[in-house]
Order: sequence, then structure tokens, then C-alpha cells
Amino acid sequence: MGITILGIETSCDETSAAVLEDGITLRSNIVSSQVDVHKKFGGVVPEVASRKHLENVHPVIMEALEQAKVTLKDINAIAVTYGPGLVGALLVGVAAAKAMAYALDIPLIGVNHLEGHIAANFLARPDLEFPLLCLVVSGGHSDLVFMPHRGGYQLLGRTRDDAAGEAFDKVARAMGLGYPGGPLIDQLAREGDAGALKLPRAFLEEGSLDFSFSGLKSAVLNYLNRAEMRQEEVNKADLAASFQQATVEVLVEKTLLAARRTAVKTIMLAGGVAANGGLRSLLQTRALAAGCTVVYPPLHLCTDNAAMIACAGYYKYLRGDFAPLTLNAVPALSLGEEKY
Amino acid sequence: MFVLGIEAATPVAAVAVVEDGRVLAERLVNNRRTHSINLLPMIKAVIEDAGLTPPQIQGIAVSSGPGSFTGLRIGLTTAKTLAWLWQVPVVGVSTLEALALPLAPQGQLICPILNARKNEVYASIFRGRAGQPELLKGPLAVSPRQLAEVLAEWEGQVTFLGDGVPVYQQELADLLGARALFTPQTALLPRGAAVAELGYWQLVAGQGRSHLELAAQYIRLSEAEVKLAAKCGK
Repeated sequence: MGITILGIETSCDETSAAVLEDGITLRSNIVSSQVDVHKKFGGVVPEVASRKHLENVHPVIMEALEQAKVTLKDINAIAVTYGPGLVGALLVGVAAAKAMAYALDIPLIGVNHLEGHIAANFLARPDLEFPLLCLVVSGGHSDLVFMPHRGGYQLLGRTRDDAAGEAFDKVARAMGLGYPGGPLIDQLAREGDAGALKLPRAFLEEGSLDFSFSGLKSAVLNYLNRAEMRQEEVNKADLAASFQQATVEVLVEKTLLAARRTAVKTIMLAGGVAANGGLRSLLQTRALAAGCTVVYPPLHLCTDNAAMIACAGYYKYLRGDFAPLTLNAVPALSLGEEKY
Repeated sequence: MFVLGIEAATPVAAVAVVEDGRVLAERLVNNRRTHSINLLPMIKAVIEDAGLTPPQIQGIAVSSGPGSFTGLRIGLTTAKTLAWLWQVPVVGVSTLEALALPLAPQGQLICPILNARKNEVYASIFRGRAGQPELLKGPLAVSPRQLAEVLAEWEGQVTFLGDGVPVYQQELADLLGARALFTPQTALLPRGAAVAELGYWQLVAGQGRSHLELAAQYIRLSEAEVKLAAKCGK
């Protein structure tokens, strides 16, 4: 048996554990989603999420080991998300990982959640050649990250207000679609006309690689309010398609600008919004025209999961980058900084 | 029988190892650093202090509430994980009972109070007796005024202790007059040794559980659940 990493992820509303061998052979990836629990609140409630993690973390880890058909003795190291995320949620995973590393006397590896999302690409494609560019888009992040070499991260751009996924969730809620909003809008957009409504696209200053989605979100909310006051029927499919197009165009434009600037030929997508069909297809088309290739993880590895944490942990294991038993949760951890 | 006791339900992190209830080693910090940083190195150190190795630990006791939600989760996650991997039983101990334990032989009313914010305390009312305090009421999440009303059910002096004392001492003294007694600072803090000792007796009584069965005793719902319930009630 090769190098076997147990990954643990509890940064938001998924409790997940995975067993990964040699960075590529995924032997198990158990994800216990709390979506149903948080639905009635219209979004993730941190205290409720933390309580669920405490209930779920051990059954999930045990199931991951069982499904992987490995024993505790086979595990070489424990990799855990220690930030960014909800502090109370992160702490459950971190406490479990530290106790495991201590009791089994094996290395502890602290993984940045975003580093994990990026690493989801390496699970299927360990051969990707650096330098690489990654657009990380999720409910909490919209980051453009340049990787000159493995383990090196330079943040080229980030959102100045709402993350892309956050805008999707808020717009979906205002449209009465439910939670989580991303997949619902994506689905509805397929039946709509993306050119039906004129919505703003925030490109910010000339050449900026930062994002801003709050103006777009407000424009949609205003449109909905106006329609309600005038008692006009809203074509939800057209609205979803137009909103998605406006979001995706900005993401794609800036990603290609970053690729030109860094002379990178391979663009990776990562994070929950990387599952968005509109984003995938537009980025594919435009990147092809620019002579770049686009890679993205399979759908089930785009959303939060421990397989990606185990994968990022595997490369840290190879570098001997281990965390001490004093490892703490760091809710605002930046990509590329280590706080242990 | 060697039992590890873990207390992380309040700002104090405390860990101890007892042999048949007798304290072999104890560590306590009240240094405002998070339990996440303190706890595991303390566990490692206290087992070494006791002259033991982890395979010699035969049971784990953890303060399971009430207390700080986050603190409880760090303590419980750690205790449950170690119990699983060491293949030993684990027991949850009341944070409030562990506070009351050292005062038990006096035979008086003992009322541990923890600062629960929002002008409330977590409290239980015990009657001291040889060995282990007798629970009369609790655990409660109440204001000092409500607590004084509850205490009217019994006569005699009440000894208050716990980290709620520095915050509510004056208010309780005003409400209860000469009935209210307060312990010195050293007895205000929850002790890992008390958790381990209570845990030892529970384990001997066959109350040890699998790590999967042990849950936190928050006694309060989350804010969001309270609001949602109020909304649905209307």
C-alpha cells in the first residue's frame, strides 16, 4: 500500500472524510451534507452547523475508513481543513484530526480550504504542468490564483464584496427558488434567454482582476421589487439566464486577462460554482479561442469534500510540511499563508 | 483504574489523570488562549506527568455541559476521538456537578453558576452529602433573579461558585442577603481532577459508553432555532 492520507473537512455545512492513496487513488469520500437542516433557515447557521459536525464527524470518519477497506494502522497522516471557514465548524474537524494524529502517532497536516478546492483538479490530473492559473469560485470566494509551482499561490484578484456563489444564493432566495441557489439558477437558466434583460457587469478599473457582484445582485433585486410593485409577471427563466450570463461573463473575461498576463496555458476551475454549466461552457469556448485549455474537477468534487483536502495534504506530506498539535482553526486564513 | 478527565466547558482548560479517583497529575490554564491550542498538548503532558503511557488509560471523562458551546465541542470531539482510538469507554460529566464536588461534604446547598451571557447563568442546585453531591434542581439557564426564586424552595445558606460569581456576586447578594456565600477565587474554577473523579465513579458503576453515544448537553437551543420557533409559533 502506498502513502495513505485521511482527509477531514468541516469548514461549512458538509461533514466529510476521505481516504486517498498516493494522491490519486480515491478509496473513499464520504460527504454528509447538512443542506436539509439549513434549508428552513434560508442559509447556513453557524451554531447549527457546528452542532451537526460534532454529531457526524465520527460516524463519517469511520465510514470513510470502512468503505476504503483500510485500518487505522494503514493511515500515514491526517490532513484537515483549518481555514478559511466558520470557526465553530472548523474547530470540530481540527480537534478530531489532532486527537487522531496524537493517538496514532502520525503527522498532522493543516490544509487551507481553498488549496483543497484547487487540489481537486490534481486528483484526476496529477500530471498538470506548472505554471497554472485557477479561478476559485464558491459561496465564500471568487479568487484568481496564480501558481508558479506546486504549493505556491499568488492571489491576482478577489471579490471586493459578494462572492459569486453568494450572489447566486441571494438572487435565488429573492426569486423564491430556494437554497442552495447555484444549481437552481443554473438549471432554470437553461430554459431562458440570456439576452432578455440588460444587467450590469462590473469590470472595475481598467485592468483590474478583482470582482464585484453586489451591484449586479442589487440590480436583480430592484428589478424584482419593481415588477412586484407594478404587479408584472417575471419571466424567471429569462431572469436566471440573464443574471447567470452577467456573472459568468465577468468571471471568464478576467480569468482570460489573468491568463494572458501570466502567460499561463492551463486554466483550472475550482469551488462549488465550478459546477455551473454556464461558467464551464463559456470559459471552454473563450479559452479555446485564446489557445488555453481548461480543466475542472468532476461535479461531485467541486463542492466541499474531504478528498480534495486529502489530495492537498498528500503534496504537503511529500514536502514534509506538518502542523503541530497546537494547530488552531483560522477562520480568515489566506491562500499561501500558514498559521501554525 | 486510570481515568483521564477533560474540562473545556468554560474559559478554563483543565486536564487530569486519576488512579481509582486519586489525583496523579493535573494541569489547568486560564490564560485566555483558545482550548484548541491548549488542550491536546495538555493531555499529552498530563499523561506523561502521571508517569503513564496512553495505552494505560482505561477510561475518559469529559465535561459535557452546560457551558460554552464551542468549548464543549472541542472537549467532546477530543474525548470521543481518543476513546475511539484507545478503545476505552467515555463518560460525560456535568460541568456543574464537577464544580460542586469539592464542597460536597459540607451538607449545605451548593449552587455552581456559569456565565451564560444574555444576563443569565447556567446553574444547578445541589445538596452536599458524603461522596457525591445530590442534585436537587437543574441544569437551568436562568437570570440571577429567577435563580433566587428557585432557591426559595429550600432553606439555609447557599454557596455559590463558578465563573458566574465574579459577574453576578453583587446581584445575588442583594437578592439573597445573608443566605448567599461565595467561595474564594481558587474554588471558582472547574477542575479536570473533579471531572476525572466523577468520571471514575461513573465508569465503576458501569455507565461508560461508546464514543458514538456521547453528546453535548447544551441545554440551550441556538439563536436561529429560537427565532425560527418563535416565528412558527406566531
